[in-house]
Amino acid sequence: MRVIQTSQIKEEVKRLWMEANFELPEDVIGALKDSLEKEDSQSGREVIEKILENAEIASKKKIPICQDTGFPVIFISIGQGVKIEGPIYKAIEEGIREGTKEGYLRASIVNDPIKRINTGDNTPPVIHMEIVPGESVKIVVMAKGAGSENMSGVKMLKPGDAENGIKEFVLEQVKNAGANACPPMVIGVGIGGTVEKAMLLAKKACARSLKKSSSFMAELEKELLEEINSLGIGPAGFGGRTTALAVNVESFPCHIATLPVAVNINCHACRRKEVIL
Amino acid sequence: MIKINTPIDEKIISQLHAGDRVLINGILFGARDAAHKKLTKLIQRGEKLPFDINGQIIYYVGPTPPRPGEVIGSAGPTTSYRMDPYTPALLSAGLKGMLGKGARSEEVVEAIAKYKAVYFGAIGGIGALLSQKIIKAEVIAYKELGPEALWKFEVKDFPAIVINDIYGRDWYKEKLRLIMVKSRIHENSLTEEEND
Repeated sequence: MRVIQTSQIKEEVKRLWMEANFELPEDVIGALKDSLEKEDSQSGREVIEKILENAEIASKKKIPICQDTGFPVIFISIGQGVKIEGPIYKAIEEGIREGTKEGYLRASIVNDPIKRINTGDNTPPVIHMEIVPGESVKIVVMAKGAGSENMSGVKMLKPGDAENGIKEFVLEQVKNAGANACPPMVIGVGIGGTVEKAMLLAKKACARSLKKSSSFMAELEKELLEEINSLGIGPAGFGGRTTALAVNVESFPCHIATLPVAVNINCHACRRKEVIL
Repeated sequence: MIKINTPIDEKIISQLHAGDRVLINGILFGARDAAHKKLTKLIQRGEKLPFDINGQIIYYVGPTPPRPGEVIGSAGPTTSYRMDPYTPALLSAGLKGMLGKGARSEEVVEAIAKYKAVYFGAIGGIGALLSQKIIKAEVIAYKELGPEALWKFEVKDFPAIVINDIYGRDWYKEKLRLIMVKSRIHENSLTEEEND
């Protein structure tokens, strides 16, 4: 059995949490550069250029890409052949705490949704842990912006609503999001499972690379992206073609009576970093 | 590109139209949800605000802390609609401009016309770049709110665009060529499903 110390997990979480906030992922930069060529609105192109310039400043000067340094969302997949030495939840939390301080990140989490006292260090993070085959540990750290998170939604469709119903709901969500979600957005769609499973799929879809692999959802992703990009919202909502950089769909089997659809929106500051130990 | 110096008055505001690009110079007061709640309470009670609000612009922002030697950290706009419930009260108290991102409620759009004010939009998610336009920053009240404190910034050529003007125009709406999403569900006759 392979042994991994929680001190190592803490250090990795800390590093990824800071890096996510300073370094826009390469696939996102690539998608932004590609969109420049297709964007026919001048203000749209100017906004994308500023987003790219912002990414350079953030990386060079270690200033967060966005003042909303996000909710820390951690996906951790632990191989069954791994023994974790020490308290793992505490280690992840400590990584976020130390990274927030060392990286001069904003404290954006309040201790209670009603009383709303800031915890001062971005703890506690949201942690999704799963056991997988193998002897490695994969950690994905997302810095999830709240402006786009607020524009997310879930709907229990009727099975008969089928693909058209799914599209209609996704387009409604994006239309309502408008400039609030800092377009060009990345749209995560979760289809199937139960109500909470669908949203978790949507979140995972948001965290996925923008580079496309072939899957049976690829066609739906392509069609949705085309329809979203003819809405006209454009970069920063100032008008244009580039409303979304990508649509990622994740699915799961569902009950004969249900068709759950969840939409989790990410802003253009689609921040996530990962490591495999 | 129109250069604007704060504070602003009705003469300047009357010359601004939806879609105008502006560069703001001077003072911006930074406040978001929690500070707005406190400011509105003071207005309702008829008490004095922590700053002279007449002719001023509030920037909806909660910046990241500055690294040593820097003026401020990342400082881009937050979403404005969350401040909608508080905005008419602040406008009635003399506020003349708001700077944020995203569309406003009908009440706010009406209040903008009524009180002769202006709503500017900035680009969301470019806080590192926008921080370079801030040359001075200090917390002037509500320090205990942390990132939600009330800030006073001095800015140089801060770029923005007029979204809502006193003439009732709305730049986001005008730029949006919304295509109607047709209800296609009912086109298919799918009534044979067993839903249990």
